[in-house]
Amino acid sequence: MTISREDIEKVAVLARIRLDEEQIPALENDLGNILSLVDQLSAADTDNVEPLAHPLDAVQRLRADQVTETNQREAFQAIAPATEDGLYLVPRVIE
Amino acid sequence: MQWDIVIGLEIHAQLATKTKIFSGSSTAFGAEPNTQASAVDLAMPGTLPVPNEQAFRYAVMFGLAVNAEIGRRSVFDRKNYFYPDLPKGYQTTQLDHPIVGPGFVDVDLADGSSKRVRIHHAHLEEDAGKSLHEDFHGMTGIDLNRAGTPLIEIVTEPDMNSAEEAVAFAKKLHSLVSSLGICDGDMSQGSLRFDVNISLKPKGSDTLGTRTETKNLNSFRFMEQAIAHEVERQMDILEDGGRIIQETRLYNGDRDESRSMRSKEEANDYRYFPCPDLLPVVIDDAFIESARDLLPELPDERKARFKEQYGLNDYDARLLSDDARMAAFFEETASHGKDAKLAANWVLGEFSARLNAEDKSVAQAPISGTQLGQLVARIADNTVSSSGAKKVFEALWNGDSNNADAIIEAQGLKQVSDTGALEQMVDEVLAGMPDQVAQYQQETDPKKQKKMLGGFMGPLMKASKGQGNPKLFTEILLIKLSD
Repeated sequence: MTISREDIEKVAVLARIRLDEEQIPALENDLGNILSLVDQLSAADTDNVEPLAHPLDAVQRLRADQVTETNQREAFQAIAPATEDGLYLVPRVIE
Repeated sequence: MQWDIVIGLEIHAQLATKTKIFSGSSTAFGAEPNTQASAVDLAMPGTLPVPNEQAFRYAVMFGLAVNAEIGRRSVFDRKNYFYPDLPKGYQTTQLDHPIVGPGFVDVDLADGSSKRVRIHHAHLEEDAGKSLHEDFHGMTGIDLNRAGTPLIEIVTEPDMNSAEEAVAFAKKLHSLVSSLGICDGDMSQGSLRFDVNISLKPKGSDTLGTRTETKNLNSFRFMEQAIAHEVERQMDILEDGGRIIQETRLYNGDRDESRSMRSKEEANDYRYFPCPDLLPVVIDDAFIESARDLLPELPDERKARFKEQYGLNDYDARLLSDDARMAAFFEETASHGKDAKLAANWVLGEFSARLNAEDKSVAQAPISGTQLGQLVARIADNTVSSSGAKKVFEALWNGDSNNADAIIEAQGLKQVSDTGALEQMVDEVLAGMPDQVAQYQQETDPKKQKKMLGGFMGPLMKASKGQGNPKLFTEILLIKLSD
């Protein structure tokens, strides 16, 4: 399977990764190789195999509904780039 | 051209757990920003989610209440997108193995018919934080207290064909989750959020048209308006030969207008994959049975009981049983009121009218069911007339006194039902109105006679200072006038 330049540009947008023009041909090659590997896996007969949700053959443990966390806002906000009135500030989001 | 309207709903219900779905942070409403956002909620490196058992219990209770299959093996997936109120860069949700499978809800419509709306599935997921777009020096403020609040997203089949059906279903669902106690149902605070998928197809056609999704409907009234608005918008486009674009639209209820939020054709690429941080959750029989034991009386069961136990008609029984608080208020009123039908009339009439007029919920009402019941008992035993009772209700509501008997006493509203005294009053009044009496007796049309009877009631009520029992007055009048 091959991957097109457009595919790479789209994935980059979705992943919020900025790519330089000259990086794209190398990525085309690398990602193409990965997809070829996936194609080989696809050749395996999985008709009677249930899709794997998790590699460990174990069951999730659940937690009781009790408050265990305390307010640590000050500690968390000490490492935030910008805060005000207890809010984290981020570049303006316009929908 | 004639069109069929096709509507499906997606409902997000915040579960009324004490803590978040994957962390032990409190979900209490109204806290200072970010004081209930822990390292897990903030997606700090090295943290791992641990699911809240109660969220699963509530979801299973919902599933049982909508006659659904329960997912015995529940798997979480990551839905990837970037937005600052989603610190992890993905929402943990369920795609292929949801906790609640196919089910259905039967909805009563205004014309007395019943409509079955199928539930496609319901899954557990986490809520995002809140973005505050007020100006913080050109930046956006983020409050992550809500991030990680457990939600169930309920997805219906496109089974509704009008705004009326969609709103009736939404109200039923609201009543269901509130009665179950799994969601506080406060739409204005976003505890219960409805998204409406709408498409049109030529009447009788089997092929569904392209749909749009309308979000931001925080009241039933806005939901109804938004559907009408969107149906009209799509009809205009289709009749002009245009095509509908699959997109998400935001409805502004105050202006009755909508705008495109994002086009799904390009933006909808969430790259779901199973969440490696969470193992499959296995729900066994014991868990399901323990959830079943917690199910309270549901609105449909309550409605049937109200008809049976109190002799209410279908309509009154439904109005009183939909809301758990309203139902409890009615039962308290009826238990003190001697006459259940009269109690129902007062709860649905005077009491509901006052709540609506003052935009109050049952919980905010200034009077109790016991107080209203005591008043109803005095109407039932003829101590007070219905017009006198309205004055008593007024005084109870305004807090002048908390006891109907005391108000009846203080305001002299006790009805005179002593026939001897009433007869004497009738004799006196009739003696003073010989012309009207003669006219009445010469009249042959019973309808006109009935009307003329009213002419004697005014003076009689005046003579009795408003305290004569009108029913007894009428009976006495009829006898005296036919002499």
